[in-house]
Amino acid sequence: MFKAESWAALFRDYRIFLNGLIATVQMTLVGFSIALILGIILGLFSTSGKKPLRIISRIYVEFIQNTPLMLQALFLFYAVTFAGFRGFKPLVAGMLALGIYHGAYFSEVFRAGIEAVPKGQSEAAYSQGFTYVQSMWYIILPQTIKIILPPMVNQVVNLIKNTSCMLLVGGAVDLISATNAYAVGLSTARYAAAAYVFSGIIFFAICFPLSRIAARWEQRLKARDQQGNIPKKKNAPDNVSDAELDRMIGENSDGELASGTRENSSEGGGLE
Amino acid sequence: MIRLIDVHKSFGNQEVLKGINLHVKEGEKLVIIGPSGSGKSTLIRLMNYLEEPTSGQVYVHTHLMSHNRRAFINKIHSAMVFQQFNLYPHLTVMDNLTLGPRKLKKVPKREAEEIAMHYLKRVKLEHKANVYPTTLSGGQQQRIAIARALTMQNRVLLFDEPTSALDPEMVQEVLDVMIGLSKEKNFTMVVVTHEMGFAREVADRVIFLDGGVILEEGTPEHFFKNPQNERCKAFLGKIIR
Repeated sequence: MFKAESWAALFRDYRIFLNGLIATVQMTLVGFSIALILGIILGLFSTSGKKPLRIISRIYVEFIQNTPLMLQALFLFYAVTFAGFRGFKPLVAGMLALGIYHGAYFSEVFRAGIEAVPKGQSEAAYSQGFTYVQSMWYIILPQTIKIILPPMVNQVVNLIKNTSCMLLVGGAVDLISATNAYAVGLSTARYAAAAYVFSGIIFFAICFPLSRIAARWEQRLKARDQQGNIPKKKNAPDNVSDAELDRMIGENSDGELASGTRENSSEGGGLE
Repeated sequence: MIRLIDVHKSFGNQEVLKGINLHVKEGEKLVIIGPSGSGKSTLIRLMNYLEEPTSGQVYVHTHLMSHNRRAFINKIHSAMVFQQFNLYPHLTVMDNLTLGPRKLKKVPKREAEEIAMHYLKRVKLEHKANVYPTTLSGGQQQRIAIARALTMQNRVLLFDEPTSALDPEMVQEVLDVMIGLSKEKNFTMVVVTHEMGFAREVADRVIFLDGGVILEEGTPEHFFKNPQNERCKAFLGKIIR
């Protein structure tokens, strides 16, 4: 696989991978948009006071989270086609499947974010005369953004990786499908190992920075949380310097934050 | 100004308020006292419909309160100060004060900031306009919360245990602001509090709530010197030392 010949072949056929990457990025962007819209709507449903809305959201989330993405994608692509409709192109089916699937996870991220904002915030808003929608828009959602960004980015990473399930949908054009077609192709099968490694490098180059950003944001959030835990002045000894005080605070507070919502562990096989 | 007619409120199986009839007159300063769990917080929160009654009616000015009319009625009639301040932590003090007037009453930004500054001066925190609330002490936050309530320029001010979450040394600075407000005839004030000195000083009327009913009501003189109800006597005996 480390033969120069293999890599030369990949270099020669770079267009195949580039087109695959473009399709994967398209699928990711459109899938993300669908998931975001679904996630906000369902997240608001699940935190609303109206029981029917909460039930709708709950059923959606549980159903989508407890069936395989692969099955959903196949259903979208084949079942809909066989039902007599014209069916979707593989790319469109992929976008929809990813959007619907990750919409369920996004909705849980939003729910956790909204629930993390103290109830007093919406009460203050209502007491001033804000409506539900206004209070969400001006007061609650701006406060959730910082909380939900890290799990959100993690979900985007999952979404990018999940474009791979399009492989089973015949004729798909995304990066994984393109790589696999290349690797099993008669004339190119010799370069299979290098092709898989190359594809892996591309995915890593996209996903790793995103994961790092998410981790950094999460760290910063924890740090900000610890600031909130500074003991009241009267409780602190009088004769310590600021630096010492900082160190003591660092030791005392664990600054745990509930950003490890359940969707983070979902892909890793139920850590909760 | 506020009228509660045979208001009942239950949480699950527990009936917290058992038929309250109460009329708060325009300009009146009403203080509600009672032991914890007596329903006094629920009672004041009914007045701006943060709690909705299980049965009975709430009128504010001439409007019958309902879930759908809550936003409209609160916008033009009342403002509330909470035990936990509930300032918006993602906004500066100035934005905390101008958000309501700008978005709800369509006051132009400049004018809203002038109004906000006026009330910030009133609570003596004009130098804190551009900081975030979390950097302030509890007493300062509560004074900002009062200023925020005032910037809505409504007649009814509801205070739900405004000093209960404060360190003892900060209680007075908040009470001083409230005493100042109580001298203005325009404001109708309803205050849930354990501060008996404050009640004695500013109240036109005090009501004692226990077990979801009003057990005693009257002027502060009557109330503190000569309470009739045994439970009220016992409560006052415990709380006034």
